[in-house]
Amino acid sequence: MIAIIDYGVGNVQAFLNLFKFLGVKAYRATNSKDLNIAERIVLPGVGHFDHAMNKLVSSGMITKLEELVLFKKLPIIGICVGMQMLAESSEEGNLPGLNWLPGKVRAFKKYNKSFNLPTPHMGWNNLIPNSNSRLFSKGFENGAQFYFLHSYFFDCTDKENVVAKANYGFDFDAVVSCNNIHGIQCHPEKSHHWGFQLLKNFVEL
Amino acid sequence: MLRPRIIPSLLVHKGGLIKTRGFKDPKYIGDPINAVRIFSEKEADELMVFDIDATINKSTPNFNLIKKLAAECRMPLCYGGGITSSDQASKIIDQGVEKIAISAAAIKNPSILSEIANSVGCQSVVAIIDLKKKKSIFGDKYEVYSHNGLVKHSIDPFELIKEFENAGAGEVVINFIDKDGLMEGYDIDMAINLKKRINVPLTILGGAGTLEHIAELIRNVGIIGVASGSLFVFKGKYRAVLINYPTREQKIKLCEKALEFYFSERQDYI
Repeated sequence: MIAIIDYGVGNVQAFLNLFKFLGVKAYRATNSKDLNIAERIVLPGVGHFDHAMNKLVSSGMITKLEELVLFKKLPIIGICVGMQMLAESSEEGNLPGLNWLPGKVRAFKKYNKSFNLPTPHMGWNNLIPNSNSRLFSKGFENGAQFYFLHSYFFDCTDKENVVAKANYGFDFDAVVSCNNIHGIQCHPEKSHHWGFQLLKNFVEL
Repeated sequence: MLRPRIIPSLLVHKGGLIKTRGFKDPKYIGDPINAVRIFSEKEADELMVFDIDATINKSTPNFNLIKKLAAECRMPLCYGGGITSSDQASKIIDQGVEKIAISAAAIKNPSILSEIANSVGCQSVVAIIDLKKKKSIFGDKYEVYSHNGLVKHSIDPFELIKEFENAGAGEVVINFIDKDGLMEGYDIDMAINLKKRINVPLTILGGAGTLEHIAELIRNVGIIGVASGSLFVFKGKYRAVLINYPTREQKIKLCEKALEFYFSERQDYI
């Protein structure tokens, strides 16, 4: 069973809709007890970094999640702000992140002085594969287009963990993986067949 | 590279889908859920759905409808109509909607945009501005309207956009009332002007009748949201109802060709 973490932030329903469409069993996890039957974990998230971190802390699920992710090594994928929370910190807020995957979340506007594109980075963009990750092992022979909607991006400390990049004024880390921990900046739940394929590959990891 | 977004825009009136001309003369199109299902199958880039009764009737958003729409929508969905609080916005996002569109409530009080941005993030806050062109011998002027074109506001559109951007809007949609439903093309001059002066993603709505009109807009303004109602629900000049959308290949080719022209005309990226 796939647990979609519901901590009051984000589009949990969009993932439930999609997994139902894919014929994969998924459920909404709102507390630690719900996580007992989890085999895989999806950590969604939208909005402000600190708001999301605060909500995740007050959900009381972090200790249980750490047990499942860091010790039992269950596969987890963080999506959008859910990915950003895997980092040490974010320029968007003051709170520390989960620090499960070494990296820092940076603002497009501050990262590069000559950056003059509108933010948020909004719309369909190509993912440029950087390694032979199993997340992209099937169904991406003709490229990968995903929907993006963000003003901050994950800057991986160890570039070996970068699975795919995307370009918006410059190349940034768009998909990251370290062992059982994965993060994706764009929205597979809203990226038509490309998104279904990626989540399918995650389910089959 | 990022490409322009081609966005069907759907109007809900008394539970059914309609399409207007100049914000008047509504024609019944069909069932909203069914239309969203078809656009999902056709892999539309994004979808905008506006309940045009809610603000006029002073009613709250129709959460039942929103839930059903979101369940069918496998691309980003922007919903507008009757949203006046951040609680309503959070509830809509939780249903699986990506973007919240605000118009009348933000003109009345721009700080509503900040409140919503604080709970769901700027990236999900869309400010919609309805403009009507006023011709004059001293040059054309654009006036701001709300409530389906019934209420006029005496504020300069560019000042309003600045105010909305500062308040936390993550996208601005400009809807041209006098182009609505005509299917004769977009207001290119104003679109160019708007693009120069807006710092968040911009979407233009009103006037498309062919895919060539979409290409024309992209050739002139580059990466932008290109929205249309009529083009994606009608076929032919007699406006026969037919939900349609370009294929993936058509869309990519159209965008690439138009962007190539746009970039060949200038040196900067956008």
